[in-house]
Amino acid sequence: MVRNQEVLQDVVIKFAGDSGDGMQLTGTQFTNNTALLGNDLSTFPDFPAEIRAPQGTLPGVSGYQLRFSSDSIYTPGDNYDVLVAMNAAALKANLGTLKKGGKIIVNTDGFDSKNLRLANYPEGENPIADDSLQSYEVIKMDVTKMTREALKEFTMGTKEKDRAKNMFVLGFLYWMYGRDMESSVDFLKEKFEKRPEILESNIKVLQAGYHYGETTETFTTTYKVEKARMEPGTYRSIMGNQALALGLIAASQKSGLPMFLGSYPITPASDILHELSRHKNFGIRTYQAEDEIAAISAAIGASYGGALGVTTTSGPGMALKTEAMGLAVMLEIPLLIIDVQRGGPSTGLPTKTEQSDLLQAYYGRNGECPMPVIAASSPADCFDAVYEAAKISVQHMVPVIFLSDGYIANGAEPWKFPTEESLHPIHVKFKKELGHHEDKFQPYVRDENGVRPWVVPGTKGLEHRIGGIEKQNITGNISYDPANHQQMVKIRQEKVDKIAEFIPEQKIDTGRAEGDVLVLGWGSTYGVIKSAVLELQAQGKSVSHAHLRHLRPFPKNLGELLRRFKTVLIPEINNGQLIKIIRDQYLIDAKGYHKIMGVPITKQELIEEIGNYL
Amino acid sequence: MSEVITPALTAKDFATDQEVRWCPGCGDYSILAQVQRVMPGLGIPKENIVFISGIGCSSRFPYYMNTYGMHSIHGRATAIASGLKASRPELSIWIVTGDGDALSIGGNHTIHLLRRNFDVNVLLFNNQIYGLTKGQYSPTSEANKITKSTPFGSIDHPFNPLALALGADASFVARTMDRDPKHLQAMLIRTHQHKGASFLEIYQNCNIFNDGAFEIFTEKSSKAEETIFAEHGKPMVFGAEGKKGIRLDGFKPQVVTLGEGYSADDLWIHDEKDIFKAQLLTRIFDNPALEDHLPRPFGVFYETDRPCYEEMMALQLEDAKARKAPNLDALLRGKEVWTIQ
Ligand SMILES: Cc1ncc(C[n+]2csc(CCOP(=O)(O)OP(=O)(O)O)c2C)c(N)n1
Ligand code: SF4
Ligand SMILES: [Mg+2]
Repeated sequence: MVRNQEVLQDVVIKFAGDSGDGMQLTGTQFTNNTALLGNDLSTFPDFPAEIRAPQGTLPGVSGYQLRFSSDSIYTPGDNYDVLVAMNAAALKANLGTLKKGGKIIVNTDGFDSKNLRLANYPEGENPIADDSLQSYEVIKMDVTKMTREALKEFTMGTKEKDRAKNMFVLGFLYWMYGRDMESSVDFLKEKFEKRPEILESNIKVLQAGYHYGETTETFTTTYKVEKARMEPGTYRSIMGNQALALGLIAASQKSGLPMFLGSYPITPASDILHELSRHKNFGIRTYQAEDEIAAISAAIGASYGGALGVTTTSGPGMALKTEAMGLAVMLEIPLLIIDVQRGGPSTGLPTKTEQSDLLQAYYGRNGECPMPVIAASSPADCFDAVYEAAKISVQHMVPVIFLSDGYIANGAEPWKFPTEESLHPIHVKFKKELGHHEDKFQPYVRDENGVRPWVVPGTKGLEHRIGGIEKQNITGNISYDPANHQQMVKIRQEKVDKIAEFIPEQKIDTGRAEGDVLVLGWGSTYGVIKSAVLELQAQGKSVSHAHLRHLRPFPKNLGELLRRFKTVLIPEINNGQLIKIIRDQYLIDAKGYHKIMGVPITKQELIEEIGNYL
Repeated sequence: MSEVITPALTAKDFATDQEVRWCPGCGDYSILAQVQRVMPGLGIPKENIVFISGIGCSSRFPYYMNTYGMHSIHGRATAIASGLKASRPELSIWIVTGDGDALSIGGNHTIHLLRRNFDVNVLLFNNQIYGLTKGQYSPTSEANKITKSTPFGSIDHPFNPLALALGADASFVARTMDRDPKHLQAMLIRTHQHKGASFLEIYQNCNIFNDGAFEIFTEKSSKAEETIFAEHGKPMVFGAEGKKGIRLDGFKPQVVTLGEGYSADDLWIHDEKDIFKAQLLTRIFDNPALEDHLPRPFGVFYETDRPCYEEMMALQLEDAKARKAPNLDALLRGKEVWTIQ
């Protein structure tokens, strides 16, 4: 049968179903397949906090949003072109974000009276039976029935068979977008290597979904998105937490420091612990501690012993680590504290994203306790940013806070990965013996950058004691001398400030270096700010975008850069945190835009907001 | 073994130039002196020794030891030491902690350190009081204790530190006292010799806020009758003339007088390797004020061989490396890539 193939530029698909429906897997599989085709892409998984929220209910809906394009894209998109709804709740939860005229692929079996009731549809109402979806293109298929049908020769139970439903949908979409299914077949082969029956059944259903599209005459069009015009090179798809783990391994390898990770499981940071635990062959020691305090303390112990000490967590764990961070500041040893932020306060919104902890990172410790703060702006950026954080930490003998968030952690994008050789080396110097003019080792003597020597236990002749009590300048002995305390507070601050000399100057990401509005961002708002600003620029508006990786200290030229714009607008997924610091440090009347709903800002929302200042 | 022959160290080599700042008469002085005395004999290069402490009077200890040392934060010395030992197994790590530090704020880390069995030495300076914060009751203070924070008497039930340690599957538990330098030295040596997490409880007098807490065990006049020094393979004998002993009536320890129908053969023979007997021994924790009480045991209660965390961790790393040589380029590249021309 001859079909039309339509070429599209940009597609947003939302896979939605019950948390047991395997939508995350379907989404990732389709994403990997898309990546291999050379499209630019961006994803946004969105899942309930409960592992198995009540089946069929609105809180139980799990979603995975994928956008792919033949253009460069920076966000997973505001609205979907295609919504896959495995049940009534999935439709209800996502319909509002579907584009008018968009396609809805529904599993009709998920719209029986029970599912409709669970999704809070009024008695007797069924959106796929009445005309309420008239303005969309609805593709109905009984996925459950067809999956069982495809597996009728298999001996496994019905429950087991139904688990393969998501493969039917995946197969159908592969057909719809003219894809080859090989990447998923390979994936299944590896995953179910030891369970041949499950492997076979999954492949069977995957193919059934594909053939359903092929043979059913109602579907007349398939779609294609051409390769993106991206910078030449070799790419892979990467998620934020994965990139972060790889960045840490790379930093360990390039610095020659064995890495030690102390961590306590917490969403959305646990995947870093999982990923690093797989790479013991790189000499990575991962330690699942009894709590977050133990996790950071163990990392401090490891750093003290000469390792690259790292601890990973999210907001609540950050709060617990506070006192130990202060100790690391006093000890002046390297340490990376990685906070994958989530909605707060307290337990807050564990699976939702928020730029929740910038102020905590800045100020959340007792005493005058400055620490460098670095934030990643996208999944792939986690690699470079954490590599830089590690470098600063070991070269300046200072604990560094690294901020990511749930959106970056679980989102995926193409990554033009580096080679080992292309990574700049991280030079580390351990002090091994007394210098010519020294007759006694002084642990708090400093170099021109205010950095003290790193001497690890086992070094003969340099035995010394350090601790969290205020110490006398140079000798490190306990000191309660008032003038000494003032001096030490200033010294620790200056040391952190001085790092500004070693980081790049702030650049304008998009647009001119002066004008009406500068949209200043940090962290995961990078993509949406860039997209919004590009669109406004195309309309001839005077808008630019600058994005901060270094939040403490700020790049040296930041104040001067901000003053070249009439308005500085700072959008954040919080109640206004960076804006407080910017106003405080530069005395400019920056404007804020705050969305605190556990989801990213959309491009449209931001365009409207920027419009208020044009 | 190092080839270079270095002159033998003395106790003095382990002292620092820092003025020791405990209250005059504090039991911590004796402990410091005994530690400095035994160190040279342990044969560890000085640079490989690390003292890590939390916060408390006792935790000032590292400043007075001319080794590597860290005076950390309240309760976390055990956790810090765990990370250090995991990444530097060759170091000899000594944790100095107080009853509040190890059993209250740091209780969680203490039990986890013991169950993981890092090869480190925990010296618990138990003075049954918060010394540094000037005299509040601690988790080892006896019930009804009157302190600044418990003017009407504490209603907390105290911890039994050794029973707690055994409950956490510690591979070595022992008890000693500040006022018995010889025994203290012997216990320090045993603590060091044990491979695995060693838990040594040291009764320490805080003469300012809890003076005499252990007097009945430490003073000449009562020590012989109120204490029993357990030795491996030997019958449990005590008393001024060595005429008293403890026998086991089923699972119940009972004081008997030798010669009055009982001989040494009838007594409980101490066996450090027997976990069941060790459990019983830790449970001899009677209030000496009670009429029918058992003497307080001292010595090594239990010792067993169990794999150490840091060793197993190192093995896993070696194993992983042998199975798959590290290749950063391959790791960064991942499984599936595509090329844009
Ligand atoms: C986080 C924290 N909480 C409270 C304190 C105050 N503090 C210091 S030492 C201490 C108790 C010390 O008692 P113990 O561990 O028995 O040591 P000792 O002084 O008796 O040797 C307390 C409560 C502190 N330093 N840090
Ligand atoms: S307060 Fe007690 S424990 Fe602390 S130094 Fe003085 S006597 Fe020793
Ligand atoms: Mg105490």
